[in-house]
Amino acid sequence: MMEETRTEPTARKPTRDLLGLILAGTSGVLIIFALGMALVYAPRELTMGNVQRIFYFHVASAWVGFFGFFVTFLAGIAYLATGKRRWDILGLSSVEVGLTFIAMTVVTGALWARPVWGTYWTWEPRLTISALQLLIYVAYGMLRASITGSERRARFAAVYGIVAFVTVPLSWFAIRWWRTIHPDILTGGDSMTVTPRMVQTLVVSIGAFTALYATLVRQRVRLERADDALTRLRLRVDERQSRLKSRRSG
Amino acid sequence: MNFLRKVLAIVEKDIAAELHTKEVVSAMLVFSALASLIFSFALDLRGDVAEAAAPGVLWTTIAFAGTLGLSRSMAREEQTGCIDGLLLAPVDRTAIFLGKALGNVIFMAIVEIFLLPLFSVFFDVALLRPQVLLVLSLGTLGYAAVGTLLATIAVNTRAREVMLPVLLLPLAVPVLIGAVQATSGLLEGATLNQVSGWIRILVVYDLVILAVSLLTFDYVVQE
Repeated sequence: MMEETRTEPTARKPTRDLLGLILAGTSGVLIIFALGMALVYAPRELTMGNVQRIFYFHVASAWVGFFGFFVTFLAGIAYLATGKRRWDILGLSSVEVGLTFIAMTVVTGALWARPVWGTYWTWEPRLTISALQLLIYVAYGMLRASITGSERRARFAAVYGIVAFVTVPLSWFAIRWWRTIHPDILTGGDSMTVTPRMVQTLVVSIGAFTALYATLVRQRVRLERADDALTRLRLRVDERQSRLKSRRSG
Repeated sequence: MNFLRKVLAIVEKDIAAELHTKEVVSAMLVFSALASLIFSFALDLRGDVAEAAAPGVLWTTIAFAGTLGLSRSMAREEQTGCIDGLLLAPVDRTAIFLGKALGNVIFMAIVEIFLLPLFSVFFDVALLRPQVLLVLSLGTLGYAAVGTLLATIAVNTRAREVMLPVLLLPLAVPVLIGAVQATSGLLEGATLNQVSGWIRILVVYDLVILAVSLLTFDYVVQE
């Protein structure tokens, strides 16, 4: 019994995660810092007023969402090349975290649009592509949930993650051209006077959100590994029980 | 040459199966006629409205009829065990993909050839023009290619038919926007040159999707 548990170290020592702690600490500090900069350091925008401050978190979450899907694209290629479970875990974790941020982008976009343009939704290209990415990667999640067999699930998800990602830039161009030939009066006066302080705040926000992304992906990956370990342990328990049962009856 | 003959043999097999059962194309045709009728009720398609809405209605109908045909054509492969036979045969996987995709292009093309005169009659818009046919073929090629890949995935899921549109439609957005915009530009009297931006999007999409599908199809069918 003792020898057998030693082969499952992931199941026995799940605590101590130094990298995870460092990441969590860094992103916590950076988020508070970015929040302070967005609310205090950045100047009040002339035409839009304080509402414009949502911009720093809106843009940062859009970037992180897109980055997360890019990571899934790379993880998909790595999975197809190597067949290693770790790339599948990375791809799935990155989609889930990316989805959270893209959903945040869409919500903050709507909150921003309401006071500035008088409507919750404008078919602004960047907002539209975020909504489209939200749907694409919700479909990714549905696909995973609908496949039996972990190896096949990983393979199909990798292929979908790759094909989906290569269509995003084309969708972006198509949506942008589509909007320019139907100019939207609402978004017509979109230009914002950008000061250096605004740029600095945006850069810090993007850094903070990227750190938060890394923290969350790290934890999601660990959760999935723990789940794998649990499944293996359960299988072993089942095996042993059936062995004992057959010994008793035989 | 040999490769091409293998692709054509698979296309031939699909056409022969379809001629025998007549279930896919007939369902697509009836569905697209019904869809046109329903759009006409819903949007009151007459005069200028019809002219403005026709490209969108046409492409929505093609896209939905396409998902019907795509999922049916892959489901038939699975049910009859034909796909296993194809995989065992000494044929390159890329030939299987191209054969299936080309078969789907042909089925969709039959629906389109039926829809164009129907639109002229129903909505009084002249779509039967060589430029529109070019847009149609470019859009259909990309849609059928990505659709064939995703239908192969969808047929192996528990949700099956429900899964395909959910996977396919968000990835087909560039085709749908590009084809609708190019078609409506042409309807408004623009030359092919004036809509070349949209044509270029369709061409790039077709090439990118074909390349990615050929590279990944092997991973979708291996068991």
